[in-house]
This record gives sequence, C-alpha cells and structure tokens, in this order.
Amino acid sequence: MKTVAESFSHQDIRPVISCHNIVKKYGSSTNEVTVLDKVSFDIYSGEFVAIVGPSGSGKTTLMNILGALDSPSSGTYTLDGELVSNLKDDELAIIRNTKIGFVFQSYNLLTRATVERNVRLPLIYSLVLSPTERKKRIEAVLQSAGLSLGYLKNKSNQLSGGQMQRVAIARALVNDPSIILADEPTGNLDQSTGKIVINSFLKLNQEGRTVVLITHDLNVAGNASRIIQIQDGKIISDELNGNEPKRKLT
Amino acid sequence: MRYIDLLQETSYSLLMNKARSFLTILGIVIGIAAVIVLIAVGEGATAAVTNNISALGSNLIVVVPGSASGAVSQGIGSAQTLTMKDASLLQQQLQYVSGISPEIAKHFQITFGANNTNTNVIGADPIYSFVHNVTINNGSFFNQQQNNTLQRVAVLGPGVSELLFGSPYAGVGKQIEINGNLFSVIGVANIKGGSGVSSADNNIYIPLKTAQQYLFGQNRALTSISISAMNAQSINTVEQETFNLLLQSHDIQNPANADFQLVNQSSIVASLSSTTQTLTVLLGSIAAISLLVAGIGIMNMMLTTVTERTREIGLRKAVGAKKKDIGSQFLCEAVALTLIGGLCGILLGIGIIEVLSLTRSVAVVTQWWSIAIAFGVSMLIGIVFGYYPAQRAAKLKPIDALRYE
Repeated sequence: MKTVAESFSHQDIRPVISCHNIVKKYGSSTNEVTVLDKVSFDIYSGEFVAIVGPSGSGKTTLMNILGALDSPSSGTYTLDGELVSNLKDDELAIIRNTKIGFVFQSYNLLTRATVERNVRLPLIYSLVLSPTERKKRIEAVLQSAGLSLGYLKNKSNQLSGGQMQRVAIARALVNDPSIILADEPTGNLDQSTGKIVINSFLKLNQEGRTVVLITHDLNVAGNASRIIQIQDGKIISDELNGNEPKRKLT
Repeated sequence: MRYIDLLQETSYSLLMNKARSFLTILGIVIGIAAVIVLIAVGEGATAAVTNNISALGSNLIVVVPGSASGAVSQGIGSAQTLTMKDASLLQQQLQYVSGISPEIAKHFQITFGANNTNTNVIGADPIYSFVHNVTINNGSFFNQQQNNTLQRVAVLGPGVSELLFGSPYAGVGKQIEINGNLFSVIGVANIKGGSGVSSADNNIYIPLKTAQQYLFGQNRALTSISISAMNAQSINTVEQETFNLLLQSHDIQNPANADFQLVNQSSIVASLSSTTQTLTVLLGSIAAISLLVAGIGIMNMMLTTVTERTREIGLRKAVGAKKKDIGSQFLCEAVALTLIGGLCGILLGIGIIEVLSLTRSVAVVTQWWSIAIAFGVSMLIGIVFGYYPAQRAAKLKPIDALRYE
C-alpha cells in the first residue's frame, strides 16, 4: 500500500480539508479528558475517505469538528481555504449551510414533513436560490440520491429506512457543498439497504464529490478509496485502500 | 431567511400540532373577547346611568321638603314644609335660572274602561315639561291657560298609555278617570327609559291648579320644587342662593336645621358615573387576568415545543440556521398564535356585543379603543411570552441538540 503522502505529492494542490494538530479536551482542568490528541491530515477534492475506529476512539468528535458543529480546543481546521477553527457560532452556521452536507445515522428528518420540505430545509437558510430555482434543484438532488420524484409529496415517516437515508443524502447535496460528511450512515439499515446507500455515496464520489464517511464497520469502510484509522484520539494509520487507481486531481 | 420561508415554517409548525395550537389560541380568544365585551358592558352601564339622569332634565336642582338630619325620617317629600309661597319667592328672587317648577305628586287609581292602574300623578306648571325635559310624541303638553282655568286635562307617560290603551303614544282625545275624576288626554310623552314604578314613563302630568282643585286640596304642600339652572357653571350659585332664600323664608338660623334638602343632578351623575367607572375597571381587570393566564399558556406551550423539538432545532442548526433564524421562527410561532387568537377574539367580542345590543338585555357601548388595545395587547403577549422560549431555542448548541433524546 502506498501512503497518502506518496499519492498526493503534488505541492500545488490545495486540500479541501486540512487539519493540523487538532486537540479536543473535555471536562474541567482537574478532570480533563483528551478525546483528540494532535490529529493532522488533509483531504483532497474528489476523495472518498472512511474514518474508522472502535467506539470511544474519538471519531464522532472528529466528525463534529469537521462538520463545524464543534470547535477544537487547539489546532487549526481549514475547510475549502477558510479557517474554521476560530469562527463564531453564526459564521459556523454559514459554513455548515454552504460547504458541508450532513448525513446522520438516524437520518434526522422532519418526520411529519414531506420529502420536498426536508430536502428544501438547508435552502431556506441561504438566499442563493430563488423559490422557483429551488424546485429544480430539489428534483435534481433527489435523482442524484437515487430516490424517485414520485415520493416528493410523501411524508418522510411513510418511507423505508433506505429511502429516508436517501432523502437525507439529497438534503446534504442541495446546497452544493464542498464535502459530504456521513456519520455511520448505514448504522440503522440492514445489510442490503446499507449497500444501496453506500452505492449512492460511491455514485456521488464518481461524480466528483468529496465524501468523508465515519464508520466502525470495516466492510463499509472497504468501499472508500482511503481509510484513516483512529484509536484513543490518535491516527494510527492513514492509507489508500487496496488497488484503487490514483485519482485525477481537479 | 426570507419572510415567506419564515411564514411557511411557522404555519407548518402550528398545523403540526393542530389541537394544541387550537387550545392555546382559544385561551387568547376568550381573553381578548372578554376584555372587549366587559369594557363595552361597563361603558354601557356608565352611559345608561348618565343618560337616564340627564333625561330627567338639564342642570337640575330639586328642592324637597324634610330635613337631612331629622330625628324621624318619613321619606323624602313626605314632610309638609314646601309651599307655593316658597316657589313664588324663588321665582321672584333667583337669578341664573331658566325655569322653576313647583310640583305635587301622589299615586292615584287611574281607569279607562276595564283597564286600570295605580300610578304617579304629578301636578305642575306648564314649565315642568321644559325643566324636566319632557317631550311630547303625540298631542301637546298643557299650557298656562289650561292651568289657570282649572281644565281637567292630562298628559300621559308612554308606559301609562300602553297600559290603558294597549300601545304607547295612544289615547289622545280619550277620557280617563283619575281617582274618580274625568280627565281628557291631550298628549303622550316620548319614552325616557329607566325602569320600575319610578320611571318617568309611568307618570301622568296634570295642571297644578287643576290638581289642587280636584285631587290634592288647596292647602296641600308641594312635593318638590325643580329648578333648572341656566348652565352647568351656575348650578352651584343657584343652589347656594336657593338654600339661603329658603332658610330666610322659613326663618331658620342654623343651616343644619334646614327643613328642606337640595339635590343637585350633576352631583348624582358624578357619583354614579364614578361608580360605574369602577365597574368598568373591575370588569376590565378580570378580563385582563384571563388574558395574562392565556399568555402564560402560550409560554408554556412554546417551552414544551422547544423541548419537544430540540432535535429539530439541532438539525436546523446543523444545516445552517443561525441563532436569529431559530429565534425568529419560535417568536413568530408565538406571535402567530396570539395574532390569530387576537383577531378571532375581536370578532367574537364584537359578535357578543352585537347580540347583547340586539337583545337589549344589557346596555353596551362598543369602545373602539378597547379593540385597538386588545389587538395590541395580544401581539405584545406573543412577543413577551414567546421571547424567552425563542431565546432558549436559539441558544441551543447544535451538537447538544442533535444528541438530545
């Protein structure tokens, strides 16, 4: 296996995500727990990265920091050229809205709202698209996520788990983010449905999207082009997966 | 966030919990309607009292016999101390008056055919109609010539007319018997309002001299002397002068021993309207309390909603909602509840007022300011009681909110 550094040795390529010495501590000074300990890595555009590790390894905390839901205690996190690690709450909200698409383990849909409203949700917090443009965008991302437009007016609690997760993926795509962050996206699904969802991610990745997936399931991680392993708050390995061809960097 | 999106999200949220939204709105509806109706009832009572008293005559001072601090009270007007001599004296001496009316009154049996009633017969000078604001609907009031020539003519209140002839304003030209004496009905007065046997609508007016000749006897003392002051400013002067003149005429040194009393109409109006004002305030306060309770209901609902929707708030923040977006959404929901409640409450209140005034069961006066205030207050309640829950929602950290179970 080649190391990541060997694969992406082009100095002129700027990473989408750049973490440098990220430290996250919880608790008071007397009873302090270090969850992330000097984590550093870069993720380049078009990569499909799986972050794996046992529970308690700090991967969810890392995910929250990458998703701008949480700030590191120290270290720097740059997303798409913007230094995120010391932004204020509302500035973080803008980052989450425009640059990040979230997919959660438990879907986090508005259960009694229609598919259309769920997918539209990130759009109402940005002023980019006009209401008429929105409809086109919603239909486009639903197709990207692999869900038939026939479900547009269905309430999301009438859908199956796999369908709900694809609605969540469409919602993640709707603001055309720089990265898609997925936290155990197959955790609540059976194996075959999980495969369908993973295939959706692979398809998005093939279309050129950067995907970061967090999982404890090595089978799921096997679909990624690069696997970062975390244990006790530290990266213990960061390797390209198998015989993945070197990607064309855009 | 666009306003259209804000309104859409608000309506979705409120429709999501239809029953709860409805009940919360109901609280506001009842509160607002109660404020409007109770203020209208209070104001109606004030207006009714003022109107009834003004209908008795303008700037009126009434002299009645009997002392204010008599050892044995026989009731106002029962003493025998006011005479025609007093009335003449006042007519000669008083300034700033537009009319002085000596009156004698007593209940008599009245008969017309098979119908009969027992009612108040007032013997008075023709000026009575001016002093007491009696207007004639049908026929005419008696004149000085009819008084001087002791004509047996009578003017009926509409209540008496209805009793005897079956409809108000009927009976002109008919002959009625008052205590066995035949009288011609020459006029029927307009309705004045008021209720009970003391209502002016149940009076019969006959010339004073005729009354003395046929019903009361020549030496009968006066029941009252009514004085109409020229204007509201002269009431006190006239009252004082009357008091002094009568004290002199009755040869009384100590004013405390006066054998008559003066009743000033405007002081009655003032004291009665202050009573009814208190009533309005009282009713208004009761309604305001219900509105306050409704406001707390709103706050309770919004706090419950915030807790219930913590994960939703987390999600909204995760996909890019700012503090302001979340805060304004929840505030908007609270204000929408009170606004809808306020509008429905105003409609309900106006409806109830309409029904009350149509059925004439209670006097009501719609106060447009009370509607404006009710509307403003309902908005304010939404903002005040919605602010805290909205802030609580806005301050939630997305990461904690998403984890909330």
